[in-house]
Amino acid sequence: MSEPLHYKSVAELSSELSSKKISSVELTQAVIARTKAVDAKVRAFNSFDEADALAQAKASDERRSSAKTLGVLDGIPIGFKDVISVKGQPLTASSNMLKNFVSPYDATVTQKLKGVGAISWGRLNLDEFAMGSSTENSAFGQTHNPWDLERVPGGSSGGSAAALAAGEAPATLGSDTGGSIRQPAALCGVVGLKPTYGLISRYGLIAFASSLDQIGPFTRTVEDSAILLNAIAGHDPMDSTSFKTEIPDYRAELKKRKGPWKLGIPKEYFGEGLDPEVTKAVEDAVSFYKSKGCEIKEISLPHTKYAVGVYYIIATAECSSNLARYDGVRYGHRSKDANDILDLYFKSRAEGFGAEVKRRIILGTYVLSSGYQDAYYVRAQKVRTLIRRDFLEAYKDVDAVITPTSPTPAFKAGEKAANPLAMYLCDVYTIGVNLAGLPGLSIPCGYSKSGLPIGLQLIGKPYGESELLSIAHSYEQEHTWGTRHPNIEAQKGAL
Amino acid sequence: MSADKIDINHLAKLARINLTEQEKERFAAQLGDVLNYIAELKEVDVTGIEPTAHASPVYNVWAEDIAKPGLSVTEALQNAPAQRDNMIVVPKVVE
Repeated sequence: MSEPLHYKSVAELSSELSSKKISSVELTQAVIARTKAVDAKVRAFNSFDEADALAQAKASDERRSSAKTLGVLDGIPIGFKDVISVKGQPLTASSNMLKNFVSPYDATVTQKLKGVGAISWGRLNLDEFAMGSSTENSAFGQTHNPWDLERVPGGSSGGSAAALAAGEAPATLGSDTGGSIRQPAALCGVVGLKPTYGLISRYGLIAFASSLDQIGPFTRTVEDSAILLNAIAGHDPMDSTSFKTEIPDYRAELKKRKGPWKLGIPKEYFGEGLDPEVTKAVEDAVSFYKSKGCEIKEISLPHTKYAVGVYYIIATAECSSNLARYDGVRYGHRSKDANDILDLYFKSRAEGFGAEVKRRIILGTYVLSSGYQDAYYVRAQKVRTLIRRDFLEAYKDVDAVITPTSPTPAFKAGEKAANPLAMYLCDVYTIGVNLAGLPGLSIPCGYSKSGLPIGLQLIGKPYGESELLSIAHSYEQEHTWGTRHPNIEAQKGAL
Repeated sequence: MSADKIDINHLAKLARINLTEQEKERFAAQLGDVLNYIAELKEVDVTGIEPTAHASPVYNVWAEDIAKPGLSVTEALQNAPAQRDNMIVVPKVVE
């Protein structure tokens, strides 16, 4: 059965473009039409610029007809999480603080994607400033999970995951600070990659926690993930934490690496709080690898239980410092009734930030404040060293680590909104990867009885994306989870 | 192990955010829960362990000190909430 254009993979669309079966304008029109048909229910987009997307598509078609095409992504629309700068377009971070902000320049990833002819298509909703696990913290309204509109799509890149699952873009970009790509990918049944810290430039990404933030792709397939990674990975002098390393052809590598691999199962990731349906789906995936000749080893990552605590100290400390720039002076929201400059700061920040952002700034301020910095912040950084060591120790013995991505499938909107700590614990399996700076990938590995997607997380060695993608690819070749689609038409829109 | 007492007024002042009474009450309680949770870090033996600031094996990156084209004044000011004569306007800072 042939998929409609809006559900085809980047690889398929790319070959249809190159054989001239379709034009980029046709594809872009199909994506726009699909978005207009379903986004009133899904609410994945903060904004999109139809005329701009079509103009880019037309330029792509012209390049193709004069044999000047720029490669595999030329003419493919890609959605951007609304924290990644696209020059001349709004950039809101889903915050009233940046409601009217327009990007004065392109992020490095944007520039790279434009450079290979991809079409920048819309800005996708998120938890305000990427702080949250449900996309309920957006100042512009929550995004709904296309599989069940009453449930959350995960977060913080909920718009990026939901748009892809709903057919509103062939691929999207997100950012991941503690699981913000992998968890929504799991909850929406798509592939989400958080690359190694330093592989992708953060220049032009709105900073949340700079030592943890990393941009990555959402795609329908692992091959598409490799295609996107090929376009956006690489050293950038504009990001001082960007790493100089040789970038392989990730897509070509997929076919070369066949395993079998040694895979580690960390016992700490299969404890209390893990949904039985998720356990079963992950165990089935492990059995699959075993049947393919992979050696499965139980491993221990003994500092796992401290990861959430370490994360909420480090991430909030960095956020309180990064978000100090929003003072109502140079850009962003400015209070209309400030008496003096200090009053301007206090009022602009009070009016511009939402509750979760304020809560994290206050917590971050506390852990960095005089008298507490050593007890909290410095101690957390030391435990972070131990968490990273646990993984590096494990990698002496195994090629990758397998875990669930999220302890449960998508939860109901509102369920955890009143309890920040319960929300923070959603990220228990994804946070360690950010603290250790490793690559992590979530791929669909099943569905719950009620039809909600379940994600499998694969964690690789630093800069080991090629191997990680290959391990995921070998699973995907023999499973069809990722080819199912939600039935949005049959659902009534949620509030 | 219980967490240290939170002085929410002091923190709001350090963070330069006006909080309503309701926010103060709610945040203090919620932050208390989070601090109780993270207090378990105190049980980890970190003797002789170096802190990790970030996980990239890159240190002391220097850029050449050469002039390069940047944003024009118009572009740099396009998001300013108030401007006059190519400058950002703020409330009076000095008397």
